[in-house]
Amino acid sequence: SLDGKYKVQRHGLFVLCTSGDSVKVYSTRTEEWLHSLQGHTNQVTGIALNPANHLQVYSCSADGTVKLWDFIDGILIKTFIIGYPLFAIYVSEKHEGIVFLHIGFQLVAVHLPKSAEQEVEAKELSAVSRHISPNPSCTAFGREGQYIAFARNLQLNVYFFRKQKTYSFSLKATDKKGAKNAFTCIACHPTDDCIATGHEDGKIRLWRNFIHKKEYTYSTQHWHHNAVNTLCFTPEGTNLLSGGIESVLVQWQYGTGNRKEFLPRLGGSILHVSTSSDGQLFCTSHSDNKITVIESSFKVCGVIQGLVKDAVLTDLMIDPRSKALVLNGKPGHLQFYSLLRDKHLYNLDIVQQEYIYEAGLDQFEVVKAAFDIKGYWLATVEERGQKSSDLEFFLKLWSYDERTQSFVLNTTITAAHTDRIISMCFSSSEETTMLVTIAEDGQFKAWCQGVDADTQQDQNFWSCDFVGSYHNLKPTNCSFSADSSLLAVSFQEVITIWSPDTWELLTTLCQPPGVIRDLCFGRLSCSKYLISTTTRNLLCCWNLLTCAFLMDSFSGLYTVFVFKPNEPRPLFTHKNVCSEKIHRAVFVPREEPLNNCDESSQWLNRSQLYFLTQNMLVIDDSVAVTPFYLLLGKHRQQQQKLNTPSHQAADRPQQPQGSVTITELLHTPAHVLPPASVLCSMFVSSLLISNTGEMESSEQEMNSEKEEEDSEGEMEACDSQQELRVQGSVDEVTPKLSKAQERELKRVRKTDFSWMAGLIASKP
Amino acid sequence: MCLFCVPMPYIRCVVWIMSVWMWKSPEVLLYCRCSEGREPVFISDMASFKPTKVQFLPKLGEKVTEDTLYWKNYKSPVQIKEFGAVTKIDFSPLAPHNYAVTASTRIHVYGLHSQEPIRSFTRFRDTAYGGSFRGDGKLLVAGSEEGLIRLFDISGRVALRQFTGHSKAVHVTSFLSDGFRVVSGSDDLTFRVWDVPSAVELSSITEHTDYIRALAPSKLNPDLFVTGSYDHTVKVFDMRSGSSVMTMQHGHPVECVLLYPSEALLVSTGGRYVKIWDLLKGGQELVSLKNHHKTVTCACLSSVGNKLLTGSLDRHVKVYNSSYKVVHNFDCDASILSMAVAPDDEVVAVGMTNGVLSVRHRKHKKDKETLTSRRRRGPSYRVFVKGKNFVPRQDDFLVSKPVKQYLRKYDKQLKSFEVSKALDTALQTWTRTSKPEVTVAVIIELNRRGTLKNALAGRNEESLTKILNFLLKHIFDPRFSRPLLTVGDIVLDLYRQVLHQSPVVERQLQRLMEVLGREAELQQELLQVLGILDTLFASLTPRKEVAALAALPVDQGPQLQAA
Repeated sequence: SLDGKYKVQRHGLFVLCTSGDSVKVYSTRTEEWLHSLQGHTNQVTGIALNPANHLQVYSCSADGTVKLWDFIDGILIKTFIIGYPLFAIYVSEKHEGIVFLHIGFQLVAVHLPKSAEQEVEAKELSAVSRHISPNPSCTAFGREGQYIAFARNLQLNVYFFRKQKTYSFSLKATDKKGAKNAFTCIACHPTDDCIATGHEDGKIRLWRNFIHKKEYTYSTQHWHHNAVNTLCFTPEGTNLLSGGIESVLVQWQYGTGNRKEFLPRLGGSILHVSTSSDGQLFCTSHSDNKITVIESSFKVCGVIQGLVKDAVLTDLMIDPRSKALVLNGKPGHLQFYSLLRDKHLYNLDIVQQEYIYEAGLDQFEVVKAAFDIKGYWLATVEERGQKSSDLEFFLKLWSYDERTQSFVLNTTITAAHTDRIISMCFSSSEETTMLVTIAEDGQFKAWCQGVDADTQQDQNFWSCDFVGSYHNLKPTNCSFSADSSLLAVSFQEVITIWSPDTWELLTTLCQPPGVIRDLCFGRLSCSKYLISTTTRNLLCCWNLLTCAFLMDSFSGLYTVFVFKPNEPRPLFTHKNVCSEKIHRAVFVPREEPLNNCDESSQWLNRSQLYFLTQNMLVIDDSVAVTPFYLLLGKHRQQQQKLNTPSHQAADRPQQPQGSVTITELLHTPAHVLPPASVLCSMFVSSLLISNTGEMESSEQEMNSEKEEEDSEGEMEACDSQQELRVQGSVDEVTPKLSKAQERELKRVRKTDFSWMAGLIASKP
Repeated sequence: MCLFCVPMPYIRCVVWIMSVWMWKSPEVLLYCRCSEGREPVFISDMASFKPTKVQFLPKLGEKVTEDTLYWKNYKSPVQIKEFGAVTKIDFSPLAPHNYAVTASTRIHVYGLHSQEPIRSFTRFRDTAYGGSFRGDGKLLVAGSEEGLIRLFDISGRVALRQFTGHSKAVHVTSFLSDGFRVVSGSDDLTFRVWDVPSAVELSSITEHTDYIRALAPSKLNPDLFVTGSYDHTVKVFDMRSGSSVMTMQHGHPVECVLLYPSEALLVSTGGRYVKIWDLLKGGQELVSLKNHHKTVTCACLSSVGNKLLTGSLDRHVKVYNSSYKVVHNFDCDASILSMAVAPDDEVVAVGMTNGVLSVRHRKHKKDKETLTSRRRRGPSYRVFVKGKNFVPRQDDFLVSKPVKQYLRKYDKQLKSFEVSKALDTALQTWTRTSKPEVTVAVIIELNRRGTLKNALAGRNEESLTKILNFLLKHIFDPRFSRPLLTVGDIVLDLYRQVLHQSPVVERQLQRLMEVLGREAELQQELLQVLGILDTLFASLTPRKEVAALAALPVDQGPQLQAA
């Protein structure tokens, strides 16, 4: 992620930005990532160019250190240990050897000791102010470093270094019209005694004459309709730049009153603006993980785009053509992100409407998307009005255009269903493409691209081919078999199997209790199996040739289970994949298959498994870690511990408490129970365990799984994910480690990490 | 423009360059010299305003096919006033294709493109009927109300022969295909065959039991002809046997019979029905068409592709394709009595009860070309090459001019957030009458932006009337009803307090309420019908586990609420 502050270097050659626990250096010309400055152990909170040497940069971090870097070569020069978490850093030319740091609620001047050592402890701290705003853009140095201005809530303070005095000016909370006057950002004119402040209601005030406390004046200018996020003077002081949620960069001409220029539609809301030291380039960072480089002629000349992960409503998908990861991008767009090259490829505009940057406005969002098997068709659903009752949605079908190498809109269907579309899937056959959508109105519809019967003209638009329903039940999911000869649609607790050729209902399969959540056909040698998951923690597998039933029940938090569909026991179990709630997961095909004979990791030979959690994208790969995680900031490396604890975990699903098993047995219809041979051993083993008194928390909530992907035509993998309704029993679930164990774990991790680094270095 | 976009240090240089190129070529292309060789990059995808999308929903109704295009390709009709109802039109089979029009006591012969008769036969004492040409186009025969049949030379005025014998009016006369005999059908229930050279009656047959009003001689066999009568029968006669060889029951008084050129198919019209008979299968009924809602009085075949045309008292001419589906419809201003199509479908002539002959000529591409060429010429070549052939100097740096984005007026106003003005623009008379979808698209866009209420507020009586008129016209159009109902709601919310001050607005709201009430009733009835149909279908289909519905129309109609 490209969050945080950034600076443009002199001559505007480089952009530096903080990203997690590192600082990244980009070229402004090629927009390419050059290298990152790594060494901090916690979030980097601020960076500032060394005023004495323009090839060096200070960075401060929450780990309590300030580091000095040569950012062209990416070398760490010095580390100053402060010992407190730092939140921002400010430097000035006039105060050589002193940095101003934001510690707690205080602004502290720190004298950096001069010594030849690499690591120095800085002890000379002197507080400048005791109460400053936690927002780092609310503090700025004045002309030639003579004073420092900082604002907090409704008060503007100016500290004069020569007089050693603080003047403060305050505003009323609201004026007559109900404007909100709280300060949001501050900037000082480089050559003039003038302070510009931004306010919550979008006003910009220019303060003058504040050297004499009583005679201060200010002028107000108002253009932004929401809070001003950032302000910045150009180095010559001729212009003032401001930005906010509107995503419009405004350039105010200094001293000419109200003359201004606009640069609209830059992307997400503007978080920071900064200028290069010669004033040739401006830079804005946006909430959608983007940096825009702007020439001083007010033209965009470059965009550095990261993975947008605001609200991922679609599934994680893989574009079969480019093998790129596809998910929600900017509002109303789908982004194509190449995982192999760790690069944002492009955004596809789905909604094709002007996006209004306004808080609380209900706008169209892409909620569903699906590719056909060749990557020639893309189906998307956009929705508006989730909050109100007036739901609007469109189903759109896009075809791939070879010439433009992008998707082109083919058909828009305005009222595909009478209610929200729950899911959709393409048929997987090569010859004919068919799309099936299921919706909350209890119907599923098949859409075909085809001939219009009336005009006998071949047209390549999509139209409805078939509408089906089953006892007015609400459908929950749908899936095509590998050869597209069968369509499975699940209605609550019933799976219906249809033939797409004749639209005949072939058979219905009755599930054990629990609403079906996911549905999937096997591939290749396992294509006779139909796998479904229910809300009652069951993974059910049907053999469609015999309509026989295999069942499995298991639980675990943040755990990955891998199954062979014809075996009731998991092939592979991996606990605690990551610390956060997993939202989505996807298999990403590898460029070249690995040759790994280890049975437990064979399923990863052809592909890697990626998870999307609340904050980051995690890669699950027991074999090799790509540099991908570096780009995405913090990562969690997967430790494959197939020793003691996970063996237990692997066994556990088969050992629920006896009573639970018995109730399960009694409450499940007899015809859907697994073979008696399986049941018997389960039953007996459950009795054994209850006798030995092993403590098992059986009330754990568990994950649902999806079966997917093959490897070597034999393996079936299953990724666990989604909806972990974490209940009170979380503590019981996560294995409690003693301090010693934790230390041990850390040590293991550390060693492992260095080994990884070696691996990366040796890789290319 | 250049001054603004170039940073300070370069300004002097640029001013110099500007002066140079102003002098050298005052063109729109912009050149400036940069000290750095940096390529300018234009990021187009984000910087441009996305205009409002107007959704063109397909209109329900007939599909455009080649046939409809063919039959649409006629000019607007020429109207010629006759003295009485036009009962018969017949085209001469010879090259100029003049046509004889029988109306009242006269027969006029018109040229294809003339509006004045080039010849007229006026020696009838009573109403003339059924003037028709001989196969060589030189003789014309006509019956009359008094029962007399007259034979004219096309170049003369006086009748060459008169055949007397019928006791009542003769409505249909025709030459047999050998050209030496004339057959006539009369209200005295007989039809007679006359010899032209000797003017004697060859035979008289009485088989029909009511007036004979339709006659069609065979073109392939000089002894065969088909007659239709008000006794609901169509009979095929063979002169060799002297009696009918085939009888078909039409079921209604027969107004017209027509043989296909192959003479395998026979068309008879009568009542509201048009029936096609297969003569080769012994007179089996092939199709029965019921596309008119009044008596079908005439039928004819087009010469290109043998398409069937029928005219009726309901003032429509319908054109059928080869599978007997209506592909086109000509509207006339009075009930149609007679109709004929010229060879090559050059002219469609229709005679009506009010004595008007309406003649439609086929459009030709040549006409269109002359029309367009007469229109003004486009700009000259000089305009297009202006500035394009300018060759930059070697060290000049080319800055491409950004392509200007053309926006509609309402889009420009939306871009600058002038919502009320944008709505005003979209409600301009031309837009709201001829392109209501544009108006609705702007309304939808305003609603999406959450500013519809602001745009509707603060209006005076005049502009509010405009909005209400638009609502009245389109609120039950299923394409528009949803956004327009929102507009209605908001208008009511906003102006509830002041509505009584304006009688105009009040009246409109009354009408709106009536319209909505009616629509709601209709919807309810439709739902009831649907329910009835559902039960019918449910009882019809064999019991199955699955209710597989046929593809229902996507839009179930607007959910209306009483205003």
